[in-house]
Amino acid sequence: MRKGEKVAATVEGKSKRRTPLVDRFLFVVKVLLIGLVTIGFLAFIAQQISPDNWFAKWRNPGATGLSGDQIKGLVISGLSQGVFYGLIALGYSMVYGVLGFINFAHGEVFMVSAYTGYIAANKFAANGMWESNFALCLLIVLLLSVMVSTVTAVLTERIAYRPLRNSPRLIPLITSIGVSFVLQNAVLGIFGPGTQGYPQLPEWLAKQRSILTFEISGIKILVFLVTIVSMTGLWYLVERTKTGKAMRAVAEDKEIASLMGINVNRIIVTTFAVGGAMAGVAGVMFGLLFRAVNPMTGFLPGIKAFTAAVVGGIGNLGGAMSGGLALGSAESIAPQLILEPLGVPGVTQLKDAVAFTVLVMVLLFKPSGLFGERLSQEDRA
Amino acid sequence: MSHLLEIQNLQVTFGGLDALSGLNFHVDEGEIVSVIGPNGAGKTTFFNTITGLVEPTGGDILFQGDSVLGLEPNEVTSLGIARTFQNVRLFPNMTILENVMVAQHCRTSQNVFGALFQTKAFKKEEEEIRQRAEEILGFFGSRLVGYRLDQAAFMLSYANRRRLEIARAMATQPRLMLLDEPVAGMNPSETAELTELIGRLRSEWGFTIVIIEHDMAVVKNVSDRVVVLDHGVPIASGSYEEVSTDPDVIEAYLGRPVESHS
Amino acid sequence: MTALPSSLLLDWKRIFKWGSICAAALLFVSLVGMPIKLDPKSIISPLLSLGYVSLLWLPLIFGYVASSRVVLEGVETRKPGLPDLLTGVLTGTIGGAGLTLLMLGIENFDIRDPLINWSPQLLEVLAFGARDLNSAVWIGIGGALGLVGAGLHLIPENLRRGASYGFFTVLALAIFEPALDDMSEGFRLEWLVELIFEKRGGLKLWPAIILALLIGLISVVTKGKAKNAVAQYREQEKSQKKKTSVVLFGIVAALGIVLPIFMGTYVNSLLANVGIFLLLALGLNIVVGLAGILDLGYVAFFAVGAYTTAVLTSELSPFFAPGMTWVLSLVFVIILAALTGLFIGAPVIRMRGDYLAIVTLGFGEIIRLLFLSDFLKPYFGGAQGILGVPGIDLGVVYISGTDTRGIFYLVLFFCAIAVYVSWRLQASRLGRSWMAIREDEQVAEAMGINTVNSKLMAFVVGAVLASFAGAIMAARVGSVFPNSFMILISIVILVVVIVGGMGSIPGVFVGAFVLIGVLGGPKQPGLLQEFGSLKLLVYGMLLVYMMLQKPEGLVPSARRTQELHQEEFLQDAWLKGTDDEDEEQTAAGEEAQI
Repeated sequence: MRKGEKVAATVEGKSKRRTPLVDRFLFVVKVLLIGLVTIGFLAFIAQQISPDNWFAKWRNPGATGLSGDQIKGLVISGLSQGVFYGLIALGYSMVYGVLGFINFAHGEVFMVSAYTGYIAANKFAANGMWESNFALCLLIVLLLSVMVSTVTAVLTERIAYRPLRNSPRLIPLITSIGVSFVLQNAVLGIFGPGTQGYPQLPEWLAKQRSILTFEISGIKILVFLVTIVSMTGLWYLVERTKTGKAMRAVAEDKEIASLMGINVNRIIVTTFAVGGAMAGVAGVMFGLLFRAVNPMTGFLPGIKAFTAAVVGGIGNLGGAMSGGLALGSAESIAPQLILEPLGVPGVTQLKDAVAFTVLVMVLLFKPSGLFGERLSQEDRA
Repeated sequence: MSHLLEIQNLQVTFGGLDALSGLNFHVDEGEIVSVIGPNGAGKTTFFNTITGLVEPTGGDILFQGDSVLGLEPNEVTSLGIARTFQNVRLFPNMTILENVMVAQHCRTSQNVFGALFQTKAFKKEEEEIRQRAEEILGFFGSRLVGYRLDQAAFMLSYANRRRLEIARAMATQPRLMLLDEPVAGMNPSETAELTELIGRLRSEWGFTIVIIEHDMAVVKNVSDRVVVLDHGVPIASGSYEEVSTDPDVIEAYLGRPVESHS
Repeated sequence: MTALPSSLLLDWKRIFKWGSICAAALLFVSLVGMPIKLDPKSIISPLLSLGYVSLLWLPLIFGYVASSRVVLEGVETRKPGLPDLLTGVLTGTIGGAGLTLLMLGIENFDIRDPLINWSPQLLEVLAFGARDLNSAVWIGIGGALGLVGAGLHLIPENLRRGASYGFFTVLALAIFEPALDDMSEGFRLEWLVELIFEKRGGLKLWPAIILALLIGLISVVTKGKAKNAVAQYREQEKSQKKKTSVVLFGIVAALGIVLPIFMGTYVNSLLANVGIFLLLALGLNIVVGLAGILDLGYVAFFAVGAYTTAVLTSELSPFFAPGMTWVLSLVFVIILAALTGLFIGAPVIRMRGDYLAIVTLGFGEIIRLLFLSDFLKPYFGGAQGILGVPGIDLGVVYISGTDTRGIFYLVLFFCAIAVYVSWRLQASRLGRSWMAIREDEQVAEAMGINTVNSKLMAFVVGAVLASFAGAIMAARVGSVFPNSFMILISIVILVVVIVGGMGSIPGVFVGAFVLIGVLGGPKQPGLLQEFGSLKLLVYGMLLVYMMLQKPEGLVPSARRTQELHQEEFLQDAWLKGTDDEDEEQTAAGEEAQI
């Protein structure tokens, strides 16, 4: 008998395996989720084709469908939100790749930068420079905020995380929760609980432009441009410089990297700094776009950014940005595309729930993320 | 007559590398079989596949006639296969007694309600668990008894940790024990003692044993049969004498003698 | 080599480092608003308020730390002396200079926008209320306090302990003043309270000094007898230990039952708050402390318990209002909580520890958002919640939501259940499987433990206990609102469990009383209501500090201390001779070798 035949026969015997209750339950959950998404989407398509369609009316009698412009608007707002998630996610991804824990406080680093931006921008607005010399102001504000966020990130590493380098993994996570609390409430105490506003943007920046039939405001274009520049810079750093190579080595295996002569501590500080800088860029851009910051601004985006990092594949930088864009788009589109056709009232309230649902779905269906994880052996559970 | 454990054409491939290929192997009840081979021969992978930690890419593993492929590790253990780890993996912060008590998990059944309501059945089972644990630990002489029972496992000396590993495996009440390098790192007297203990595991407790070992003295003293693996493939099988003089085996360990040029 | 005058050479780098950190800390505390907010709380009236304490302790502590030297076993180090005092003084001076600069800044610049505390009020506090105080005074104050801090090294150990006990006694008395005031009525000890405390708050000067000296003296005299007692307790034989534990528990329980009778509404209300959080913490302690699962969405179960009770008992519940009694609804609360535990647990059970934390956080938020949403408004009332939840009818007695004493007893009862559950489960097959999973999940599986089922059980047990707390809270407040169930609650409970001692029941008690009682819960004020929103800052700092210095918590379980300080335990055993040496080669062994 040939070898191949015997193997085929015996591998089939695998079906004797018992399926525990939990797995069966999870299977039902997965089916339900996919089912809901599919039905909602199909109902949406039906709405688009003709709002009087019986399928469209089935769950949502008031269905009107979306106009092309509305859809484009959703896409743009989704992407511009997603860009922030992506920039913040980079920090989460890098720290997880190198140290193997979730830096809960990273969202607050983003918030600190947004606050710095607000203070600086308002100072410039007060003495008129904001109006007269916007580009210069913007540059200074950006540099200042990025510096502050980088310093914050580095300080938190030095004070709270370095002593715990060899602790069991949950301890740095819990500590980072504490750091997050401290940062949030320190800002609350020092600057007050109110929501603070950025000054008005100059008209030429804020006005809507038309690019490829998409209506997009100038500030959003700026956000995209700044992001692209930052990502390019990051790519260059990680792929083309010695430091970047060292960072990748440390992410693979800290011990061996140190045996190769790499100063692991310095690389870890660099990782935090770069992550903090990216979050800093995001903070200023966020402030300029949404014009409002308060001490809790960093909390929810922080969690969603982590979700984005997981969605893209933790440790994977390109994945982090992709995950961010995907999550932002999903958040923006899902309420209209899936939930509304299903007849769920008040869909925009549930936007935040979408992000968490995406996290659960990714971890159920493809835990290593869309583009695969990049972790060291020891950090893989 | 069916074997206790039968491996048929086992194939384990990791991304292009064949860790095991075409492995046929069997153990009968009451045997002690040693698996030897140079480093990287696939011996621990072999154990990992049997216990469900690694999924084979082909072949079958039959225990007591039924396939155990695809079962979760805890299911494999409850079927009656126990193992020790090459790099001793105890529960360091649990006491010695607790380590051995917890290993009886799959043989006991009391749940939340028994614990909360302190039913007679619960108390009886707890007492049985404790007694069995003490009995098993007593197997190792006076080392792991008395005040030691309440010491945390991380405080044990290396040799005692290896012994505790084996005690835990015993506590799962297996029919088949897989010992992964049980005497690694032990000094000669400890080794001699453990060799004797392995024999007693079969004679007094009735376990069937498969051992991975490098120490040839142990292999010689303890095995009924020896199987040699090299690069994932079995290259010899038989008694110690047969195997130790087999030219393929010698070549696997030492290489082929250089042709002399006269 | 003779002792050089180099013993007078100071470590300037160290002084500068700690001095700047001290200055930064002082600036931070000031700008965050602590002196302003805490000034109303008087410690020793009229001299010392909590606001000043929040500033003054810093140069003292930094003076102490800066002049600390590491004493290595077997290495000769010089006795503490003049150089250390100088170090302390200089460190404090630099710190104080920071405040001087701040005062000068406030006088001359106005950056109140954005720094809201850069204000005349802050200036007034820093100037001790005087109108034209020279700000340089702080340099002197800083130096003096730094000197005292460094001086602590020079006085013998027991005097040092005495001093700190004395100080903390005064502080504690001041903190507990509202409670003592309340209790004194019940015990007819108003005269004592009037003797010690000023009417407006704070201790009177002489009673404070006397009490401080008294307690300090007592602690010097008893000299660590308490520590010996604790050590003795630890060393006891298992069965003896069990008896002592039961006795201790009995005493605490008796106190818990008897004291509330004498206490007024303020204290009872405070205790009821503490009790509800204690119940939550005991539940989370099982999930985090025993099973090692970091559930950041624990508040979800709290919410489920509260909403179930509200829907089932309130007449005003939309859609479905059976109007059951509280006790009957409890049955359904348990069932729904267990189901929720299973639904939330099942997807997360196979995930990595940190992913699990975030996903459970997400679930907590999803549940809150669902209760808040218009989507489920017909069932749960949306943002308006459900009103009209009646009190608790136990047949023989009716506990209305405003009956704080009754509520407290009820909470105490459920806490006792929680303690019982933790205790029994720890020493059971399930508890052992949790321990094993926490140690090494892969090996636990190899030992035959079904980790999925075991972890799910932890979720379910934790969920049911949290739901009890929710049910009680719903009845107490009389209504449920979605915004009572924010993630903040999960995190605060986590802080309580960790600061108190993960896995340690006494620790959780201490954590709950100290944190929730003194600082207050997320929305409930504690004894120090002056903190206001700053209490969350303190929570965060405490959490970070504990993780860095004492991760096992304030009252750790013996097991956890061992786990986190393995090296020290091994060394102790080596010193005592109870460690496990590898055996010598025996003659038989040598023969076998040949």
